[in-house]
Amino acid sequence: MTDVARLPRRRDRVARPGTHRALWPLLALAVILIVDGMISPNFFAIRIVEGRLFGNLIDILYRAVPTALVALGMAVVIGSKGVDLSVGSIIAISGAVIAWRIHAGDPHFVILLLALAASVVCGMWNGLLVAGIGIQPIVATLILMVSGRGVGMLINLLYGGTDPSFESALLQGLSTGHLWLIPTRLILGAVLFVALWLVIRRTALGLFIEAVGGNAAAANLAGVNARLVTFAAYVICGLMAGWAGVILTADTHTSDPVSVALYIELDAILAVVIGGGSLAGGRIYLGMTVIGALVIQALTTSILISGLPPEYNLIIKAVVVLFVLVLQSDNARTRIGQIVSGGRR
Amino acid sequence: MSLKLAAGAAAVALSVFAAGGAGAWTIGFSQVGSEGDWRPAFSANMQETAKDYDVDLKFANAQGKQEEQLRAVRAFIAQGVDAIIIAPVVVTGWDQVLQEAKDAEIPVFLVDRDVDVQDKSLYVTRISADFNLEGRLAGAWLAAASKGDCKIVELQGTTGSAPAIERKKGFEAVIGEFPAMEIVATQSGDFTTEGGKKVMEAFIKSTNNLEGICASFAHNDNMQLGAIQAMKEAGLNPGKDVLMVSVDYVPAIKDKLANCEANASVELRSAVGQYIYPVVVDYLKEPHELDKWIVIPSDLHTANCTSS
Repeated sequence: MTDVARLPRRRDRVARPGTHRALWPLLALAVILIVDGMISPNFFAIRIVEGRLFGNLIDILYRAVPTALVALGMAVVIGSKGVDLSVGSIIAISGAVIAWRIHAGDPHFVILLLALAASVVCGMWNGLLVAGIGIQPIVATLILMVSGRGVGMLINLLYGGTDPSFESALLQGLSTGHLWLIPTRLILGAVLFVALWLVIRRTALGLFIEAVGGNAAAANLAGVNARLVTFAAYVICGLMAGWAGVILTADTHTSDPVSVALYIELDAILAVVIGGGSLAGGRIYLGMTVIGALVIQALTTSILISGLPPEYNLIIKAVVVLFVLVLQSDNARTRIGQIVSGGRR
Repeated sequence: MSLKLAAGAAAVALSVFAAGGAGAWTIGFSQVGSEGDWRPAFSANMQETAKDYDVDLKFANAQGKQEEQLRAVRAFIAQGVDAIIIAPVVVTGWDQVLQEAKDAEIPVFLVDRDVDVQDKSLYVTRISADFNLEGRLAGAWLAAASKGDCKIVELQGTTGSAPAIERKKGFEAVIGEFPAMEIVATQSGDFTTEGGKKVMEAFIKSTNNLEGICASFAHNDNMQLGAIQAMKEAGLNPGKDVLMVSVDYVPAIKDKLANCEANASVELRSAVGQYIYPVVVDYLKEPHELDKWIVIPSDLHTANCTSS
């Protein structure tokens, strides 16, 4: 998954010879895992239970998949100098579509496509507001963020909605199933990552998005259709959130628009930033974003197994995230380096 | 956003001024909103049972906003209803409007949540379930089922919320009476299925497949449903290897109780009209001093299977 990270583009080599930008988030991830190993003696144990790999490390990968998918879409939007606050609502809507159509008795493969189509429509709506009408991204996506969960509840009402739980071999197979010991969602996540990577890095789209994010006016003058490119970024983000919605909804066997993936937009933005993305736009780091999502999930899992009272959860998370971001800051690192190495410099 | 507000205001206005049938008592009921499964069921029950008590109920849905609720209560006062029932959106900010009701000599009854007012005479009484009692009932069931010897994992509700705090306190008060009962792990699952599942997955790993764990206590059914899924995916038998006790009694937990994947659920009653209306109507017939809190008893539902 670190293909992108291993092949730094030229500007990065110029910016920092010697160290690679993947070093610091990976270091943070390692530190979190080492601390976990000290807290919980069996932390690294991996066994085979019910025909699949089972253990804390697998859990971290497993639970990070939805956040990583959302974060990848977010990385694309942030690369276009935008932001998408509505990803949690998109997840709620795609989940509600699944529960609704399953109660209506559609074939499950069609339901999967409908759920993803709903998320694409949400992405198009955001894209329309941002690129079409020119509303600031944070405001434009806020509209769907506040209304989307209500839309999800209305969809649930279409079939009564008193008991939105369901069973689906296909969808649960994608979410909680396993293939040759490996949880299917890891495979699904990897496939989607590669697909997105090909779209962003093997077509001109990634370059266009970065160009628009860096300087929309200049990109326009250079012949890039900035509006269309921005629109595409939101559609991609919506679709990635839709996949996360499929995984999360099938995982809990129920559609819960009010609370599914609550605050996932913040984790996704955080993953992008930990992965070295800048909210100023102009850069898309896909592999690094995945590492960012892993850092966040490793942190969440360690808090859960730490045995600390839940009142501390958010504080610990904030402190560790701050620590990771300080590690990443060139200024802070240089200063710390000077202090540590003392007179040698 | 403004559209939503306007729609909400219109809904309140409509429901406030829609005159119902001619009951002996006209009572205004300001409900919080229609979130979740429980509250709509509660609203429906209040409307359905009103006629049994000869009550003409004027129902106002505040859509989760206190300002809507204050408007609705003032509208009730202006209409000169016989009594006002409020399910408060929040606990604070009630002194002014309750004083207005008192000046108009309209008695106010609280249901569900409490209010924080200086002068307790501003309302007659609060009629509601007791979260603490729910926790105690769950603890008492578990103490009996485990014969007072049980290592427990706990799935807490949203950190700092009243039901989470009180259910935990009540549960701990009861198991504290039994030296061999102990909560060995506790975390917040935020009252959601997703949260309960994540937390249980972590507990399964940190306790070596729930080795020595005798029970899972969840502050609501949704979290317990997530925990049941996590345990099944880890090859465990919820309801058999581990006793599963939770609160709410939602439809999905009924299925789990039926197939013995859950063992007990304390019901948070939504059919509460039968507890609320008699108190209000008796008071209207003959005003008298009431306790400031009338507790609606909780019910406990258990699975009908032999534990082996």
